[in-house]
Amino acid sequence: MRSERFHDALGRQLLFTLLILLIEVPLGVGIALTMPRQGIGVTICLVLMALPLLIPWNVVGAMWNIFALPDIGLLGKMLNGVGFDYNFTQNPFWAWATVVAMDVWHWTSLVVLLCYAGLRSIPDAYYQTSKIDGATSWQVFRYIQLPKMKRVLTIALLLRLMDSFMIYTEPFVLNGGGPGNSTTFLSIDLVKVALGQFDLGPAAAMSIIYFFVVLLLCWVLYTLMMRDETN
Amino acid sequence: MSLEFHELSKQVYDEVHIAHTDLSLNPGVFNVLLGPTLSGKTSLMRLMAGLDQPSTGSVWFKGQNVTGIAVQRRNLAMVYQQFINFPNMSVFENIASPLRIQKLSESQLRPRVEKGAELLKLTPYMHRKPNELSGGQQQRTALARALVKGADLVLLDEPLVNLDYKLREELREELPRLFADTGATVVYATTEPHEALLMGGYTATMREGRVTQYGPTHEVFRKPHDLATAKAFSDPPLNILNLKRTAQGFEGEQGLSLKLPPFQNVPVDEYILGFRPHHLQIQGNAKDILELSGEVTVTEITGSESFIHLKWAEHDWVAHTQGVMHLPPGEKLELYVSASNCLLFDDQEQLVPAQV
Repeated sequence: MRSERFHDALGRQLLFTLLILLIEVPLGVGIALTMPRQGIGVTICLVLMALPLLIPWNVVGAMWNIFALPDIGLLGKMLNGVGFDYNFTQNPFWAWATVVAMDVWHWTSLVVLLCYAGLRSIPDAYYQTSKIDGATSWQVFRYIQLPKMKRVLTIALLLRLMDSFMIYTEPFVLNGGGPGNSTTFLSIDLVKVALGQFDLGPAAAMSIIYFFVVLLLCWVLYTLMMRDETN
Repeated sequence: MSLEFHELSKQVYDEVHIAHTDLSLNPGVFNVLLGPTLSGKTSLMRLMAGLDQPSTGSVWFKGQNVTGIAVQRRNLAMVYQQFINFPNMSVFENIASPLRIQKLSESQLRPRVEKGAELLKLTPYMHRKPNELSGGQQQRTALARALVKGADLVLLDEPLVNLDYKLREELREELPRLFADTGATVVYATTEPHEALLMGGYTATMREGRVTQYGPTHEVFRKPHDLATAKAFSDPPLNILNLKRTAQGFEGEQGLSLKLPPFQNVPVDEYILGFRPHHLQIQGNAKDILELSGEVTVTEITGSESFIHLKWAEHDWVAHTQGVMHLPPGEKLELYVSASNCLLFDDQEQLVPAQV
């Protein structure tokens, strides 16, 4: 338990989770708010939003791997073209940026869809009332939409939190947890220990801790968000 | 000084929601908008509020044309059938919210909010959130918000529908009094004729997107101008009979022959006779009585009264009688209606005045 390697992996994992939650949740809410509420646009948006969710993890990894290749990938070539020294296989910062971007691309839709469902369930009378009272759109968001979305938002957050701890395939496919150990998250480390080195004892211990970390985080988050609903 | 519509209509695609309507509501009184579901009450209210723009015509308030003016810039309040409150604000903050938007200071708004809460019996719950309140209290909060706002026009769109019977009765009594002191023009939409009668004030009846009649509630009830108004203002539904005026008297289906003394002088033509369920009796004792017969289909008993559903020719009738009546379906009944309680409509469905 004093293993520095484990601590590093855990730290990376927590940082990654924090980052993607900070990006995906506000972005998802924002997109859900701007989505149309009626007409053909609804169907188009929903299909577009659902597309990334339908793609298997390893395909996402492979796609982004090619997409981001510095010499031939569209993204890599472009970024280098505008003057960045982009190379996800050598530079840990860019490796991180790519993994985060990949996850945001893949999973923000989930947040969007959940929030959109939450928004749709708000009766029109709420919007009319606020219109009659002369509320600003910020007030409408803060006092009507956000509180009404709270439950689905909690679910979205918990799902993304747990899923982000499961992240394995994408960074593995992208560059195997590298460069060095820079994108070796808990799950990748666990597999390396258990199957690469065949140290089953420490790996079992790790996975137990891994489980408790996820459980603890979920519990804390859930309690915080549901606090004023119960008292 | 009132709310007026000139040639107002609203059409969404091919569907007519409001057909050419001219109406002038009296200021500072309690107006009831009465009509069955889908008769256009909510559509008309949305036009009154400015939430929708009319397809043609204009809306005037206090002598000003307000047709194109944004909702935010009109001073009005609206309460809905659903309980609409801000979920994460306390009752106090909910009631205070329109005043906060008007940028009133704490010392200005506090007494107003407290007074409103007191009138609606919410003082003990000021610190609770809406989801910790009962349905009735939630709706009281919404009503208090409308009351406190000090709006010139208050629109109440079936606000009591989702409450249980007891609460509905209680609030129904209080509502006209609550708003009476504010000087606001109140419009209250409902589907229930007896609610309109209990609320008093003025009533506008609606049917198929038209205002059929507007006037003091009891007058509209007693003297409907046309069949549509009589239908809208009758629950259970108005009983109807088709008649033909002949030289001898009136003739109807199934060889029915009637004498209608109040209508002896009407020209030969086709007519519709209407009478309210509580005027259809199963015992006759007066002089100018019409004798009919019908077949019982169902009897509804509500403790002290009975609603006897009957079939006569192609028509379904209801007799509303006092006392508990156990009548088996299929039983033939003798029925009596006093001619003076009958409403006669011509073939344009307009009321034919009775000769006294």
